[in-house]
Amino acid sequence: MTPINLKVNGKEVARDVPGETLLSDFLRETLRLTGTHIGCDTSQCGACIVHVDGKAVKACTMLAAEADGTEVTTIEGVSNGGLHLMQQAFNDNHGLQCGFCTPGMIMSGIDMVNRYRAAGEELTEAAIRHELEGNICRCTGYHNIVRSIQQAAGEM
Amino acid sequence: MSTGIGARVKRKEDRRFITGKGKYTDDVRAENQAYAAFVRSPHAHALVKGIEKSEASGMPGIIAVLDGAELAGDGIGNLICGWAITSKDGSPMNMGAWSALATEKVRYVGDAVAVVIGESDEAARTAAEAVAVDYEILTAVAATGSALNSAAPQIHENAPGNLIYDWEIGDQAATDAGISGADHVTSINIANNRLAPNPMEPRSAVATFDEAEDHYTLYTTSQNPHVARLVLSAFYQVAPEHKLRVIAPDVGGGFGSKIYIYPEEIVCLWASMKTNRSVKWTSTRTEAFMTDAHGRDHITTAKMGFDSDGRITGFKVDTIANFGAYMSLFSSAVPTYLYATLLSGQYDIANIHCNVRAVYTNTVPVDAYRGAGRPEACYLIERMIEKAAREMGMDPAQLRRRNFIGEFPHQTPVIMAYDCGDFASNMDKAQAAADVAGFAARKAEAAARGRLRGLGYSSYIEACGIAPSAAVGSLGAGVGLWESAEVRVNPVGTIEILTGSHSHGQGHETTFAQIVAERFSVPIESVSIVHGDTDKVQFGMGTYGSRSGAVGMSAIVKAMDKVEVKVRKIAAHKLDANEDELVFEDSQVKVPGTNKGMGWHEVGLAAYTAHDLPEGMEPGLKEGAFYDPVNFTFPAGTYIAEVEVDPETGAVDLCRFVAADDFGTLINPMIVEGQVHGGVAQGVGQALMEQVVYDNDGQLLTASYMDYAMPRADDLVSYQIEHNVTVCPNNPLGIKGCGEAGAIGSPPAIINAITDAIGTEDLEMPATPAAVWAAIQANSSAIAAE
Repeated sequence: MTPINLKVNGKEVARDVPGETLLSDFLRETLRLTGTHIGCDTSQCGACIVHVDGKAVKACTMLAAEADGTEVTTIEGVSNGGLHLMQQAFNDNHGLQCGFCTPGMIMSGIDMVNRYRAAGEELTEAAIRHELEGNICRCTGYHNIVRSIQQAAGEM
Repeated sequence: MSTGIGARVKRKEDRRFITGKGKYTDDVRAENQAYAAFVRSPHAHALVKGIEKSEASGMPGIIAVLDGAELAGDGIGNLICGWAITSKDGSPMNMGAWSALATEKVRYVGDAVAVVIGESDEAARTAAEAVAVDYEILTAVAATGSALNSAAPQIHENAPGNLIYDWEIGDQAATDAGISGADHVTSINIANNRLAPNPMEPRSAVATFDEAEDHYTLYTTSQNPHVARLVLSAFYQVAPEHKLRVIAPDVGGGFGSKIYIYPEEIVCLWASMKTNRSVKWTSTRTEAFMTDAHGRDHITTAKMGFDSDGRITGFKVDTIANFGAYMSLFSSAVPTYLYATLLSGQYDIANIHCNVRAVYTNTVPVDAYRGAGRPEACYLIERMIEKAAREMGMDPAQLRRRNFIGEFPHQTPVIMAYDCGDFASNMDKAQAAADVAGFAARKAEAAARGRLRGLGYSSYIEACGIAPSAAVGSLGAGVGLWESAEVRVNPVGTIEILTGSHSHGQGHETTFAQIVAERFSVPIESVSIVHGDTDKVQFGMGTYGSRSGAVGMSAIVKAMDKVEVKVRKIAAHKLDANEDELVFEDSQVKVPGTNKGMGWHEVGLAAYTAHDLPEGMEPGLKEGAFYDPVNFTFPAGTYIAEVEVDPETGAVDLCRFVAADDFGTLINPMIVEGQVHGGVAQGVGQALMEQVVYDNDGQLLTASYMDYAMPRADDLVSYQIEHNVTVCPNNPLGIKGCGEAGAIGSPPAIINAITDAIGTEDLEMPATPAAVWAAIQANSSAIAAE
């Protein structure tokens, strides 16, 4: 067992975890933050994306032990009351259907808006589509996900 | 802002999903929960000579290792196909036995032979690796076209030559005559590629046996929890229905693959009883590729005859459909009554004949996947007509228009009676939106850049809103396909709708509430939709075949009709008015032209206090209804795709996609368009990227997202959606069905665009760069040789 101390959604967390525990399993099974979803076994689908120290990470690609000392934000923690502008944009633009890929899409969307803003680059439709290559959605055909991120990019 | 019919109401259910508070089956943690891991065959076809469980049983954290002999010993029944098809010689279909845990023989890679129940998922999966199964490997057959070969291995004893049925529809002699007398005959050999449905939520089950109550609860990823309970009870004999509660909570997509009751759910329920523990199983993605029912997988040869004016004189089709290793729940209906009955397309064709042979192979069972039979029919017809137009030197749109059915109702020669539509108008809208007039200039501009630009049409029709119970019963269905609803007006005037439909992305919590808000003039916030739990909701048939609008919502309307009668009587009594003159306005039941009225809370309170009701009226205010549709509904439209092909690499760039659909009345256009977007994306996936691949030994080569190409955002474009509305005359809301159209109509539009660009028809799906490049090379060699 490995002792880890980290902040999850602003709260201090201290736990002992088996060394092989993935961050995705730690969030879902140990902390019961089940908004982070598991859609594949090969780090392709992006349903498990969270922010680690402000950067988008597929939580299935990282050990919980590696998250020691970090600040992790999950879909449950992106908003301090009310909805984050990205969450609202997904509702406004019908950017979700079954909702399973949605947490990962929202976490990915927030990350790309932040990165493009920091770099001073315009987040075009083509850029959004390119940036979403690590997120798979089977319901929406991506059309309204792209619209959602476009709206939030204009508002954030 | 209106929240009624036709309004783009934002979805009520979104909040829990966008905040991470959705409750999916894998999010459920039962008390005293153990975990199941399945021991699966690594061989496509093998005899099981023995199962050595002792090592696994002794591993840490292992509760039990169970096999198929024990399952059978406890009287658990075999899985069944629920639709009986009769071969043309009058014989019944040859259904082989399918045990949830294979005993003597395994028939596909992934076939489960044992289950390990452990204290943790890791412990169970580790021990599953330690179960030693002694296999005697047999020759396997995976390819659709090889299953009927005399050299192919026999997969089920009672299906000689691997033939499940040999079925036909239509008048063969008249069709042959129509084609032999034609001025032009177009022939085609075509395959419809095998797909994996891939809802993003993997299947999952949590089963709990309550020994004290002799009662089971199953959380499961189902599109139809009552059907699951019925089948688990009546056929698999897990428990009688009143001792089994099935809950399908939030379900992360289905696309057909979550209709069926799979071995894993049966085994989890049974293992829960055997171990007296809650038992959970969640599929990995690789397991999903190995066990979720696949879709499509047809090979077809066909001929279509035309007279000198381009009118179709006959259409003859011969199809082999691959069912995989076992007959899944609705598999038999897919290439027959959901396929051959749609072969008239949008065209007036007097003579059609179709022969279908269904075959076993050593592959995952195949069943309905978004569209189910109708995409295969549409792909065949629409490639055929495009090819014919090119052969005859006609404009493909004009050839379609010349053959469009113009008068309704229209009886096709293959059972279906189309009720309404306006096919020419759909084509007009699609052509205008796609700027077909400007295509020649775009093609020339692309050519200047060294690119081949092509434009392709698809004019699809489908039959959905499945289906009139007596009609499907006469065709072999084991169930009726009506839907149920209950409308409960609470004492405080809020309204709960209990529906037998199930939402797994379709937005029922919004659209179903809209029709209530519209009908009773109540705030949409005061309406809630209850679904997905057999203990809460009356028996219902669930969601598939684009039926929840046309059938599910019609049941709600019928129940609202009954509620309205009682509300009028109560309000008329209390307001001293004539019940027929009352109107629903501003959350009130009003007497028009006066200031007299009652709020819904007052009506509700009056009904439940029952202090002063009309003479003889029962207290309470809730009504139920079962709605059985009188016909299928027939959504139709024209799709136009425009592509550019790089002749150096074969890469296809989808430049534009226009969908002009007629879905009848639209309840929520935003949600309808979302359905089209998703359907089109799956169709583009089929046309360009997706393919389940087995090697000759039956090994599954595409078992992860590294090997199976799922469409991503940058593979797709922003779609242009046009609506054309002809109101369906056969249901109270005038709606058709929009869930599958996109997946049905889009593949031929894409392929027709590519073949238009590259100048050869010799191209199969998926049109990967390698396939397109090879087609270009073969075509230029053929031209050089001429």
